[in-house]
Amino acid sequence: MKSTFATLPQVAHREPVRIRLRQCARTFAGRQGQHTALHPLDLAVEPGETLVLLGPSGCGKTTTLRIISGLEQPDAGGEVWFGDEQVTHLPIEKRDVGMVFQNYALFPNMNVAANIGYGLKIRGYSAEVIRQRTGEMVDMVHLQGLEQRAIHELSGGQKQRVALARAMAVQPRVLLFDEPLAALDAKLRDRLRIDIGQLLRQLGITAVYVTHDQAEAMALGDRIAVMEKGRIAQLGTPQQIYHQPATAFVADFIGTVNRFAILGRGQGSLQVTGGGLPSDYQGDASLLYCRPEDVRICTDDEPVAVRGRVIQRFFLGQSQRLLVDTGAAEPLQVDSSSRQHWQVGDAISLSVPADALFAITGNQTQPHAGEKAESAAGSST
Amino acid sequence: MSQSLLTTGGQPASRAAPSAQARRHHGKWLAHWALAPALAFFLAFWLLPFVQLMVMGAGADSSSGEPGYWAVLTHRQYLFSLLVTVLLSLAVAVLAVVIAAICGCFLARNHFFGRSLLLSMLTFPLAFPGVVVGFLVIMLGGRQGLSAQLGQLLASERWTFAYSLTGLFIGYLYFSIPRVIMTVMAACEKLDTSLEEAARSLGANSWRVIADVLIPGIRPALISTGAICFATSMGAFGTAFTLGTRINVVPMAIYGEFTNYANFAMSAALSVLLGAVTWLALAMARRLSADASLGGA
Repeated sequence: MKSTFATLPQVAHREPVRIRLRQCARTFAGRQGQHTALHPLDLAVEPGETLVLLGPSGCGKTTTLRIISGLEQPDAGGEVWFGDEQVTHLPIEKRDVGMVFQNYALFPNMNVAANIGYGLKIRGYSAEVIRQRTGEMVDMVHLQGLEQRAIHELSGGQKQRVALARAMAVQPRVLLFDEPLAALDAKLRDRLRIDIGQLLRQLGITAVYVTHDQAEAMALGDRIAVMEKGRIAQLGTPQQIYHQPATAFVADFIGTVNRFAILGRGQGSLQVTGGGLPSDYQGDASLLYCRPEDVRICTDDEPVAVRGRVIQRFFLGQSQRLLVDTGAAEPLQVDSSSRQHWQVGDAISLSVPADALFAITGNQTQPHAGEKAESAAGSST
Repeated sequence: MSQSLLTTGGQPASRAAPSAQARRHHGKWLAHWALAPALAFFLAFWLLPFVQLMVMGAGADSSSGEPGYWAVLTHRQYLFSLLVTVLLSLAVAVLAVVIAAICGCFLARNHFFGRSLLLSMLTFPLAFPGVVVGFLVIMLGGRQGLSAQLGQLLASERWTFAYSLTGLFIGYLYFSIPRVIMTVMAACEKLDTSLEEAARSLGANSWRVIADVLIPGIRPALISTGAICFATSMGAFGTAFTLGTRINVVPMAIYGEFTNYANFAMSAALSVLLGAVTWLALAMARRLSADASLGGA
């Protein structure tokens, strides 16, 4: 899909800045004592990079973003740096950041142009400069003709475009996104995601993007920090996160994984519940993982295979997901072409290419038992 | 709706339609009849007396012999009374809104020890009748009041204000502020905090946030609660009566004409005018706050 954003105006020609967090923790005092939202965290966002903070609600991603923005102060000892400047004690209005909120947070008493020009007005630019810059921003996010509209006359997608333009009009040092697409419907979300991605690449501005949506994270992030319970579980490129998850939590949160308990080792194969897998794995892990799309459906006469029965099938459009009972505690999840006809109860033979099997060396090995059924059904989200 | 569903069903449905329509018609009539007691009540206790009041107001004023309305608008005494009441109520409404807006926003945003106790104390004056409020003002600024004692001590003269316009003003303010605070607090709590955060992220300091986000956000509440304050002050009687002020506010004038002089035409005319002014203020406020909330939706 081609971006709807037009050629970029000369708004973001600032040297991109590096963001560093040093030992930033955040503890909230609640009725039931202290609650640690964020454990001491060290994090660097490279100049011009888009870092996505990804995780379930309550994982500390929003707290991290708010500490970067200045809306939240880290506990004593924490430091926030923008380049060579320490901004820990600088309130948000002096940090020179652009922020985009989930609920748009547009000023309802101002029209589109006044919203976009608000930051410029605060900074004391002349009416002429504001008018010109606002015009450029309107062009960039493709809202021509809507300048005089009231905010309540806009659609959700248009609102978020205004919010984006408003945040960028002041040429901030850093752009911060707090789940900006979560309130939009699926189609619009995809569209705006592509647009934002393109914009971030072209602007080359340092950006931090909070989301709980893994597809959004992978599409937008140069790097992704997967967060869990106030800590970073893994920090890496989308490819690393997906193909070499550091913990079972990361593997489970990003996409879906199958687990194989190793029962024994043979010559060039591993013995697992329901059969065997061709592998010369020599490590000492007792569990190996693979992604559903890497499971291969094979013929019955293949010597080394896992055999089982189809117990459920979900038609997903571009593919279908089969749940295969092999006698193990949880069924295997297998993606196959949506044109193959599988019925519940069919016998099936499966294999996994040796290079698609991976071990997880992180500290948390067991996934949450209760999430098994949900992750099976909602795995493609 | 149900009719269109039925008719799409073909023959049997179209035969069923008239009876369904008849049933609905019947239901409508029943609903109308159910309104009858309310209508009767409205007629008996509102419309009839009010029409009579309006007619009575056109009758001859017993002192001048002119029609009541005409007398009010041509005699300085009554015009002055009306003007003072309007100005006093306006001043009370404006000041109450200003004070209560600040307190209300502060209370909505800050949680501190003793907050809930303070809130319940603030609602206390709502329960007082005007007489008690007047009594409180006398204890504060009357001839034996606190202020008088303080004046005696400091300047050897009794500082009294209870029986002047100041006393009325303070009394009215006293029962107006709690109302406004409660409304402002509710409006302030409903306000989206991310709006303020967005403004701050764009560089706005606290004053700009207040001017650009907070006040526009609670504007509808300020207008409507201010109008209610105005209306309450226009009609307040107990406080004025207790203070026995020299200034004749309209409710006192009505009372005087009615009980002291049995000047029914004049008291009716004054009542109708008082009602009209108040009604006008409320209607204007409704329109204004509707405009404001449309912008704030």
